[in-house]
Amino acid sequence: MVKRIFLGVIGLMVLAVVGLFALAWRHAIDPIAPPSPTAFASDMVARGNVLAGAGYCATCHTTKGGRPYAGGYPMATPFGTIYSTNITPDPDTGIGRWSEAAFRRAMHKGVSRDGSHLFPAFPYQHFNQVSDDDIKALYAFMMTRPAVNAPARQPDIPFPLNVRALQAGWKLLFFRDHAYGPVTGKSPAWDRGAYLAEGISHCSACHSPRNKLGAEKLGNDRYTGAEIDGWYAPPLTSRNAAPIPWTVDEIYGYLRHGGTSLHGVAVGSMSRVIHEGLAKLPDADLHAIAVYFADRAGHANQPTPSPAAVAKMMTIAMPHTQPKPGDGAHLYAAACASCHYNSGPMPALNRPELGLNSALAGTDPTTLIRIILHGVGADEGLPGVMMPGFSRTFSDDEVAELATWLRRNQTDKPVWTDLKSKVATVRQQSMSQPSR
Amino acid sequence: MSQFLLNGQAVTADVDDDMPLLWALRDTLHLKGTKFGCGIGMCGACTVHVNGRAIRSCITPVGSVAGQSVTTIEGLDPKGQHPLQKAWIAAQAPQCGYCQPGQIMQAASLLQDFPNPTNADINAVMGGSLCRCMAYVRIRKAIKLAAAEMQGTAPSGAADHE
Repeated sequence: MVKRIFLGVIGLMVLAVVGLFALAWRHAIDPIAPPSPTAFASDMVARGNVLAGAGYCATCHTTKGGRPYAGGYPMATPFGTIYSTNITPDPDTGIGRWSEAAFRRAMHKGVSRDGSHLFPAFPYQHFNQVSDDDIKALYAFMMTRPAVNAPARQPDIPFPLNVRALQAGWKLLFFRDHAYGPVTGKSPAWDRGAYLAEGISHCSACHSPRNKLGAEKLGNDRYTGAEIDGWYAPPLTSRNAAPIPWTVDEIYGYLRHGGTSLHGVAVGSMSRVIHEGLAKLPDADLHAIAVYFADRAGHANQPTPSPAAVAKMMTIAMPHTQPKPGDGAHLYAAACASCHYNSGPMPALNRPELGLNSALAGTDPTTLIRIILHGVGADEGLPGVMMPGFSRTFSDDEVAELATWLRRNQTDKPVWTDLKSKVATVRQQSMSQPSR
Repeated sequence: MSQFLLNGQAVTADVDDDMPLLWALRDTLHLKGTKFGCGIGMCGACTVHVNGRAIRSCITPVGSVAGQSVTTIEGLDPKGQHPLQKAWIAAQAPQCGYCQPGQIMQAASLLQDFPNPTNADINAVMGGSLCRCMAYVRIRKAIKLAAAEMQGTAPSGAADHE
């Protein structure tokens, strides 16, 4: 009897392993002779260039100071650090021997040419919705880039999470394989915006929270904001705390220029998305994305913020209390006001009004703290306008004091709690992080 | 090593990227007009312009201005005849003078954004530029004189001591 149970258990285990491999197995797609760059039509390459901008591929597939698309960029995940791959057409270390079918399968299904599963840090769940024609154009663009010999770096993920076959289980749980279909009752601009945002631009990869297994939460949790790479990606829904609504004009201006006077500037990874990626998109496409997100946030019927609403928010936004030692006001007066003070009724574009800024109005102080500590680079936000960091000026206590005072005096939001330890965490995180 | 425009000329500062811009300006590029005050961006003495906007050079790493345009007090006006510089003399603003290059660079930014600054505007924007001689009243007067010249109007409220 014991022997039969034992054999039964062994049998079930064998079945489970066989089943997993059956589930996980994908055939390899034969390597091809690297195609000549002249084999691709120039209009397809040009279209692929725009799409590579829309997907800001270079943001993750290029390291600081590295060759474009040669990979190696580290991405810290809760499971360990993984490194982006070389997507230049190098035959040995890149995708030079990948056929268009292999490229399409990777984009649509998250499977490498050799049949192994890709980790979902590569957002194939979104690229899944990119049309075959657009994939063709992207392939033409990538295969005509300069080839760079750069071997991929193995992920620093502990066993057994690094077993790629297990990704088949992840896909079973979280991967919905469906092409983009137009939504009825929406304008062509909305439809175009949704196609770009949900597909190639994969906005929700950063702006939606993830579950314990690293999958984006769905339903009402979509686009409700998340901490990512030491920044806070704010909600893109009605839960966004910006004092002035994100109307079509405001979203468009932010995505086109890197900032607006009524919402502040893009920093960190979002700045790279805008300046190194979306910059290639024509106005109509950016406008379409703006139409889509303004609608999602419930501001579809309001193209531009009303002057009355701005004036009302500015009366809250402008600090009224006189500086006195010990409450953060004196830090603001000495370090911040020379650049951030506005006299209303409209704030100046080059004087970012903190009272209207998402970093100050949001529920999570991470972004504000990080900017106080490390500033804004000349290539970030609005080009040319920079802010030095105050990491060597202010102690954790002083950053917390300043943030508390700003929050209390320039917004109508509840004060943040436990700021001091948050500052210490952000300081430690951002110091140990590579600068891009 | 960082390359940038300094007062309109291309320069290379062969120093560590983390070196404060102020040190590179004074010690490597030998422009002594910009002054060291507190070293932590809280007094305004080291103020210069990056792309035409005031910034504290003591907390700005030189690597972060690579490719940008930096203007110091030496480059504000080719002949030292910026309306603020003339007004500074007319109002006899400085006492010891140490903070004045920073004050003038900050004031130049102020007048770009607020061509007719009120006392509140001046207090808020200049509040981070300290003067230990307490020449604040004359500094404000000089700013209003310069604003008037730039606007082509008579100076307003030059005598008020708010």
